[in-house]
Amino acid sequence: MRKFKEFIIEKLILICGLACIFFVVLIFLFLLKEGLAVFKIETPIKFLFGSKWYPISEPPQLGILPLILGSLLVTFGAAVISVPIGVACAIYIAEVAPTKLKEILKAGIELLAAIPSVVLGFIGMVTLVPWVKNIFHLPTGLTALSGSIMLAFMAMPTIVSIAEDALYSVPKSYKEGALALGATRWQAIWRVILPAASSGILAAVMLGIGRVIGETMAVMMITGNAAVLPHSILQPVRTLTATIAAEMGEAVVGSEHYFALFAIGIVLFVISFAINVTADIFLHKRK
Amino acid sequence: MMKKLYLITVTLLAAAAVFAGRDKNLVQIKGSDTMVNLGQAWAEKYMEQNTTDFISVTGGGSGTGLSSLISGTCDIAMSSRNIKNKEIELAKKKGINPYEIKVALDGLAVVVHPKNPVSKLTLDQLADIFTGKITNWKQLGGSDSQIVILSREVNSGTHVYFKEHVLRRNDPASTAEFAPSALMLSSSQAIADEVAGNPAAIGFYGMGYISNKQKALSIAKDPNSEFEVPTIENVISGKYPISRPLLLYTNGEPQGLVKKFVDYALSKEGQDIVVKTDFVPITKPPHQNAMSLEPNVVTEYIPASKKLWTKHIQFWCGGK
Repeated sequence: MRKFKEFIIEKLILICGLACIFFVVLIFLFLLKEGLAVFKIETPIKFLFGSKWYPISEPPQLGILPLILGSLLVTFGAAVISVPIGVACAIYIAEVAPTKLKEILKAGIELLAAIPSVVLGFIGMVTLVPWVKNIFHLPTGLTALSGSIMLAFMAMPTIVSIAEDALYSVPKSYKEGALALGATRWQAIWRVILPAASSGILAAVMLGIGRVIGETMAVMMITGNAAVLPHSILQPVRTLTATIAAEMGEAVVGSEHYFALFAIGIVLFVISFAINVTADIFLHKRK
Repeated sequence: MMKKLYLITVTLLAAAAVFAGRDKNLVQIKGSDTMVNLGQAWAEKYMEQNTTDFISVTGGGSGTGLSSLISGTCDIAMSSRNIKNKEIELAKKKGINPYEIKVALDGLAVVVHPKNPVSKLTLDQLADIFTGKITNWKQLGGSDSQIVILSREVNSGTHVYFKEHVLRRNDPASTAEFAPSALMLSSSQAIADEVAGNPAAIGFYGMGYISNKQKALSIAKDPNSEFEVPTIENVISGKYPISRPLLLYTNGEPQGLVKKFVDYALSKEGQDIVVKTDFVPITKPPHQNAMSLEPNVVTEYIPASKKLWTKHIQFWCGGK
């Protein structure tokens, strides 16, 4: 009887485990089926490198280059802002901060992760956008830069918590050894601990970026959503995610527009998959 | 054990109540963001009088409403543009027969910052601005600054209407498009906010959204005709050149509860609500509403900021 119970439980857990993979595969197949249909009407080259996005015109113009570049630009901007601050914050928490402050900081960062992105977007729209406009004397504050700054806030919790983990798991003996050899605290951190934790920190950065590129609501609210080829970060851009979110309601099932939006989904999937795999490789290298 | 049984029974009963209510007394209305306020005002008054019926109203854009009518997830679609032939075909394929009911009119106001010296434009000039041919306010007699074009997203009936009637001037062969640099904002309120804070911006939306933080431009059909401001009077008389019908679409001729609601919307009381929500009734309102026909009515609307929160909440909860 006990053996039987054990058997049932084991199989149940197995089914649950397989279900996850099963669902991912189903989602991916659906995405492929709906998305690849767009290539019947538009060649992949024209779709990926076309510079005009007018999906509801007759005939529709489905070039997503401005959208890809928009997403990359916003993500790059967010990385430039969030990586140095995030990593520095992780170093402070893991190595420098006194225990009490450490707990407060960690709680604060978790709180930052808990803010829904639409709230961040709304705050950005009301405070950050006018500020960006006035500081840079722009015609409008709805720019890639505003999006980058807001997304940096969203990436930071991921970066800090994983990087802090990586720093923390560096064996104490490394630091002690460095200090015993006469290194200052800074030298020990910079020359010994950071290199030892580098793969974990890289993974943290990649996961942070992965979060940013998939983010939708905040960017839709504050980047202006103009589908132009961006020349500078002080311009409005339209991202892949915002395009799907804004247009999905309108797209009639089975139309070119609908297929094009799913094809954008594939592009997004490929990008974030690549990022996650890179992060995974770094994480495994560490072990 | 008893407790569990009890819980299950309660859950089942609640579910049964919900589903039963769904079948009988619930009308789902979905669509045009322009009409959300109007739809909700109707629904509230209607439910006060018919306490057993339940009307739910959500926005999302005309296209969203029509595509959910086609896929059978709502009973009435609100739309600020006519249904496209493509959509009718698709509906027929799914056994849905769209039936159109005109319930109100709306003037489309073109707005700029109150400090902008430009106060009147012709339709041609508007088309040139929004297609990107005119890029600086200097070219229109304003200050030397780049024009920031604001539009709604492509799922908005307002966007489609503006493109077809202003950019393309009702010419089916025209291929005019919004300039790629046009900012696509997700709600009329977002456009109102951006115009209120940006002296170089120009945008458009239903005249219900005008407040004293924006200036509505006077528009003329061509350089020889009069420049007209978007007021209820000018929309009814047809003098104001950019106005459109607001429509409800149902599956087949309305019946039962849907018919009851549509009849209410078309009744005198329903049309009074149209006036109160700053739209234009399809019939000239009776005498007691003459007040709202004053030309200065435009500046006396409820400040847009009061609507801000409800608007945003509707937008966030609207399934995007």
